[in-house]
Amino acid sequence: MKGTNLGEFEELVLLTMAALASDAYSVAICDELEKRTGRAVKLGVVHAVLHRLEDKGLAKSKLGEATSVRGGKRKRYYTVTGGGKAALLKAREIRDGLWKAIPGLVPKGI
Amino acid sequence: MKKSHQPPRWARAFLAWYCKPELYEDLVGDLTEYFERNVHSRGLRYARFTFVIDTLKFFRPYTIRKPSFVQLLIHRIMLGSYVKTSARNIVRNKLFSTINVAGLAVSMCVGLILIGLLSDLLKYDRFHQNYDRTYRIISDRGDDNPYASTSMKAALDIRESVAGIEKVGILKRSFSGDFTKEETTVPLEGFWADSEALSVFTFPFIAGDPATALKDPFSIVLTETAAKKLFGNADPIGKVISYKSQSRRYPGPFELTVTGVMHDVPKFSHLRFEMLGSLSSLWKIHPDDKSLTHWDSMWDTYVYFVVPPGANLETLQYNLDEISKAENPHVTTGSIHLSFQPLGSIALGEDLNNSAGPVMGMSDVWMIGVLALIVLLSACFNYTNLSIARALNRAREVGVRKVTGATKGQVVGQFVVESIFIATLSVVVAFGLFVLVKPYFLGIDRHLSEMLTISFSFQLALSFILFAMITGIAAGIVPAFFFSRLNAATVLKNTHSVQPFRNVNLRKTLIVIQYTVSVIFIASTLIGLRQYKHLLSFDLGYKTKDIFNIRLQGNKADIVAKELAALPEVKGISKSTIVTSIGNYWGSKIKYTPDDSTWANYNGIDENYLAMHEHHLISGRNFSVQTDESAETEVIVNMDVLKRFKIADGDPFAAIDEILLVDGKEMKIIGVVENFHYGKVDSKSELVMFRHVKGTPNWLNVHIESSNWQETAVRLERAWRKVDNVHPFDGQFYDDQIRESYNEFSAMLTVIGTLSFLAICISSLGLFGMVVSSTESRLKEVSVRKVMGAGEWRLVYLMSKGFLTLLAIAVLIGLPLTYIFFDQVALPELVNPAPISVLDLFIGIAFLLAVALAMIGSQTLKVARANPAEVLRSE
Repeated sequence: MKGTNLGEFEELVLLTMAALASDAYSVAICDELEKRTGRAVKLGVVHAVLHRLEDKGLAKSKLGEATSVRGGKRKRYYTVTGGGKAALLKAREIRDGLWKAIPGLVPKGI
Repeated sequence: MKKSHQPPRWARAFLAWYCKPELYEDLVGDLTEYFERNVHSRGLRYARFTFVIDTLKFFRPYTIRKPSFVQLLIHRIMLGSYVKTSARNIVRNKLFSTINVAGLAVSMCVGLILIGLLSDLLKYDRFHQNYDRTYRIISDRGDDNPYASTSMKAALDIRESVAGIEKVGILKRSFSGDFTKEETTVPLEGFWADSEALSVFTFPFIAGDPATALKDPFSIVLTETAAKKLFGNADPIGKVISYKSQSRRYPGPFELTVTGVMHDVPKFSHLRFEMLGSLSSLWKIHPDDKSLTHWDSMWDTYVYFVVPPGANLETLQYNLDEISKAENPHVTTGSIHLSFQPLGSIALGEDLNNSAGPVMGMSDVWMIGVLALIVLLSACFNYTNLSIARALNRAREVGVRKVTGATKGQVVGQFVVESIFIATLSVVVAFGLFVLVKPYFLGIDRHLSEMLTISFSFQLALSFILFAMITGIAAGIVPAFFFSRLNAATVLKNTHSVQPFRNVNLRKTLIVIQYTVSVIFIASTLIGLRQYKHLLSFDLGYKTKDIFNIRLQGNKADIVAKELAALPEVKGISKSTIVTSIGNYWGSKIKYTPDDSTWANYNGIDENYLAMHEHHLISGRNFSVQTDESAETEVIVNMDVLKRFKIADGDPFAAIDEILLVDGKEMKIIGVVENFHYGKVDSKSELVMFRHVKGTPNWLNVHIESSNWQETAVRLERAWRKVDNVHPFDGQFYDDQIRESYNEFSAMLTVIGTLSFLAICISSLGLFGMVVSSTESRLKEVSVRKVMGAGEWRLVYLMSKGFLTLLAIAVLIGLPLTYIFFDQVALPELVNPAPISVLDLFIGIAFLLAVALAMIGSQTLKVARANPAEVLRSE
């Protein structure tokens, strides 16, 4: 069990979810990720990750209202849970700590 | 958004099938969103394609629905409920259930017999260890009429020149006669076999060594029964018995040493024998007989061989072709081509000439199989028709089931379970019938009881159950889907909204098919029957009436004849080698001009034969009285022989005294007879000669005039007993022998006749059920009409009109079809066909229609006579 540790892609998905706030459903997350990272993001992969995040308790979901698009099928909206936020913060801390620990990498011009 | 572009339905259905229900909606929504996007940007085709690919990609562990225990439990519980409702329904609708069960049971009984027959035939020869790798050489003389036998020369050639064959075994017929041990004499029949034959086949031995038992000349291996007959309980190994052959040239007696005892030949063996003699004895018995190893003496030798696993059969055939090519130039009687067949396709396979034991033609089995299937389908049609016709009664039940949450699949399941239930019930009845009918079936033909036991086994029981399941599904699948499509809401609102007659075309078609089949069946049976009668009453060209043929079984003809002549009923006696017209053939090579020889059939006769059988002698004279020692110099031929060799330009008077070379001997033609049927009536007439029978003829032909046949038979047998106490008396009237020679035909006719009778019964039952259900549903209409003043017969006409049309269509399809088939295809294949009798056909059809009309008439009349006041009041 990986516990609450985040993989790189999981972190990206979770961040996007947070950024999109109330509009975070699978296709929107996909699109947003594509736009931000510039790499092709497969729906299948995102789905699997969303499922895993929900399993780990980092995200939760609920079905929205039916609309005329998508063949009348409802969207599943995701929100970041408290645990999710904590995991994001922790990941960022680890990163910042590591950045600071690098001696030669302080930008010269500063 | 317009709904014009939809993702592929089957892909969505697939997704719905495997996906967890809680994930499904979201997933399919996402995919549809992408789909719509793709339609816009990349076109419909691409969009559909990616949709399909994506549904496949989503097939992942976390999306797949787990088989739910609860679901399984529900199925189990529902199964009980289905069986219960089925049982209730069966009890409630006694008439329809009876029709269904009766039809299915009768037709399934036929199926059971067929399954038993096949399972027996497939068991043949499997007890041999090399079963899968054993083959038999067969010979073809170029007339597409192959022989199961081949020449010993072929076996020797194969042994010598074909590589990659493990063993070659030779069996030769004509090992029969009387075996004597001290006082006991027993007639036995078997094969001459060489040593390798006992390693090709693995007949289990009780005593002796199969590897060496048939090595030395004058060795014999007895079966258990034969050993018991000769030796009782004493040990026969190493004992000497004396063998007296029925062969005229080499009668013996010879001294044979018993070198082995084997278990009796199993029932399921295509080879049947009581003993095997060592083949090497033949060279001692006839040291001067060169014909043993001639390439064209291929009439009574059977050659089997075993190949190593994975052998290349094509190379083998090539090698056989080479042998034929090398040997054929050495003979003048036409070329012989060798090929081979696996051991497994001997008992059940092509019906070859000179077969070594009883065989069942594959084509016969296929034919009976197809006919049985048709009868079975007819019964299934009944089930389908009646179930749908009764839809009114069941619709509400289906509606309630659906409202309480039954899925389409469950409704289908219910009705299929119901039909399987009925089929299982029927198979139980069918099994009872099967047990009753089995002895009659095996008794149809001696051949059948010789080959089959159809004994009951666990495997057979399993296949019966499987058969019931398949039949049930076949019968129930159409009604099941019909019911599953009913709309719960409309059905519950108004039962009459169910229109069982919406499927009326399907059901009309089924009735027409059933009756067309019945018409074809009955017409074919009648044509066959006419054919059979024609064969029996055919003018053979000579007299067979009142002639009683007695098999001499090795006795001196004159001694037996003397005893018989003393009886007052006996008006004349003649001797012959064979009995003609019942499928026996004896041949000699004949030659007229130096470089043209051919085979001709002959019968050896004495001077009384022609007159007693009233053969028509066109020219010349009969044989004169001859003694055994006088040289054979005379021959009587038929017209075809003159024509074949253009002797005296076919003039029978000028042909007298011409010289013919028969088996290398010069013989003078002393008489010419009119052509007659030497072979059976269903084969072409051929070249035939009469030669004078010398030594021991095989048959005595006795002309009997008797008013009390029972008494005469006893006296004949008593006369026989005075001469021979070893062999049982074996005699039959000529006409009976002829009838017996067409046994195969009459057996087939019995089978087809029975099947057509069943087909007619089943379709009549079905029709009856349909009439009942349709008249019942029109009861109110009829009553109203009656109140308004319609006459009874008018109502009967009204109600039966539809059915009469269907029957008429069936007759109009079936009758011409049968007529054309027999007239153009089947009968021209026969040599002496009887013309189709139109009267026969009309009588048959009239019978069929009379039964159908009785069914329709009785029901419609009953309804038409019902008191309208009562019907309308109860409404």
